[in-house]
Amino acid sequence: MSLQHTDREYEADLRQLREKLLLMGGQVEEMIRDAVRSMLERDERLAAQVAERDKLVNRGEVEVDELCLRILALRQPTASDLRFVTFALKAVTDVERIGDLAVNITDRVAELSREPPLPLPPELPRMAEAVQRMLRQALDAFVRGDADAAAEVLRQDQGVDDLYREAFQRALGLMRSNPDAVPSATGQLFVAKHLERLADHVTNVAEMVIFMARGTDVRHPGSRTP
Amino acid sequence: MSGQAAISIGALSAGFGRTTAIRGVTLDVPPRSVTAIIGPSGCGKSTLLRCLNRMHELGEGAWASGSVRIGGADVYAPGEDPVELRRRVGMVFQRPNPFPTLSIFDNVAAGPRLTGRRADLETVVEGSLRRAALWDEVKDRLRASALALSGGQQQRLCIARALAVDPQVLLMDEPASALDPIATARIEELLHELRADLTVVVVTHSMQQAARISDQTAFLYMGELVEYAPTQALFTNPRVRRTEDYITGKFG
Repeated sequence: MSLQHTDREYEADLRQLREKLLLMGGQVEEMIRDAVRSMLERDERLAAQVAERDKLVNRGEVEVDELCLRILALRQPTASDLRFVTFALKAVTDVERIGDLAVNITDRVAELSREPPLPLPPELPRMAEAVQRMLRQALDAFVRGDADAAAEVLRQDQGVDDLYREAFQRALGLMRSNPDAVPSATGQLFVAKHLERLADHVTNVAEMVIFMARGTDVRHPGSRTP
Repeated sequence: MSGQAAISIGALSAGFGRTTAIRGVTLDVPPRSVTAIIGPSGCGKSTLLRCLNRMHELGEGAWASGSVRIGGADVYAPGEDPVELRRRVGMVFQRPNPFPTLSIFDNVAAGPRLTGRRADLETVVEGSLRRAALWDEVKDRLRASALALSGGQQQRLCIARALAVDPQVLLMDEPASALDPIATARIEELLHELRADLTVVVVTHSMQQAARISDQTAFLYMGELVEYAPTQALFTNPRVRRTEDYITGKFG
């Protein structure tokens, strides 16, 4: 473990920021898991709990923003501290969006439950699994400041995109062959789209972990000012 | 890089008696830029600065080895005249030190008069005061005592005095640490302008100031150059652990 800041109050502020972010990360991780389960099991109560938990995540976002501004204004962080605080300020937006998307998935639960059960495309649980694994790995990479582990998360995004395309084709085929299935298949399509977007937000977080750890920006290659 | 460097320091060590203040410092300062030297008290940053215009050797038992080239010429070469060197390499100190018995005008004119430049004195004085961003505040009272000025104005007067002999390099040792934030901001703003045609080296205790004013920053620790990098890189992503610990405020 590296040296601590001589100013203990500053050290405590940074630790608090880290803990708040991790707490939010843990909350949205559970929200994704429960959102997918509520859909698979047609569990409207579980769906409602996800929406309830999102309020905590929203509050967390406001608190993280306030804490970041306070640290920037009062401490003028530099070097890895500066990268950590800017990471927090940006990553918190993605984490909050991840929560929103989990809620969006549960929004479909009630309406899917009213339709006759339709065989679930196998891509959906696989996407859900991949997204949860990516989020867990991104959070672990954040805790350890491990850019290599974060880079591993980026590589998995392509797999989720591929699954999404397969799910899309499958739903399309289903709708063509069975018009009665259109409402359910549309609902499933939305869920797949939300999962695909979830993976994008997790990817953003992982890119920012790399910046935090290494100080290099890996986003949008070729758009850097020389 | 040394071909284009305004100041080229090679394996410079210096100290007093048996004490070594800086050891083996090698760095090139590019022309027309501001270079900040940061580091904790006693790290040797003032000694390094004072080696550049050979003021260091004025101290009791002072010694220096290695090389310092300014504009290509070795300042420690035999026959190099320290007085002439200090005309080319001006210096501004922590506390404003105008000549207390002289007027504002005469403070600025002192250097040119000493170097035998008497012809266009008024033009030189006005030009120097303008470059030091002081002209508008003093043009109607040039004959007033320099001590009638505020601390921040006195410091800019000292900068004008240094500029009046047309130096290539300006050394500044904590130039704003005795000034309030507004006077500090004026000095910092001035540095942004001066670097258009001057090479400035600033020693500062304030890392925030170094970050605001400089193009490159050198971090000195216990007499050694730990890291020297473009300022933005050093403050966002230092390469050396000790730099990181120092600028983030972690001390063992």
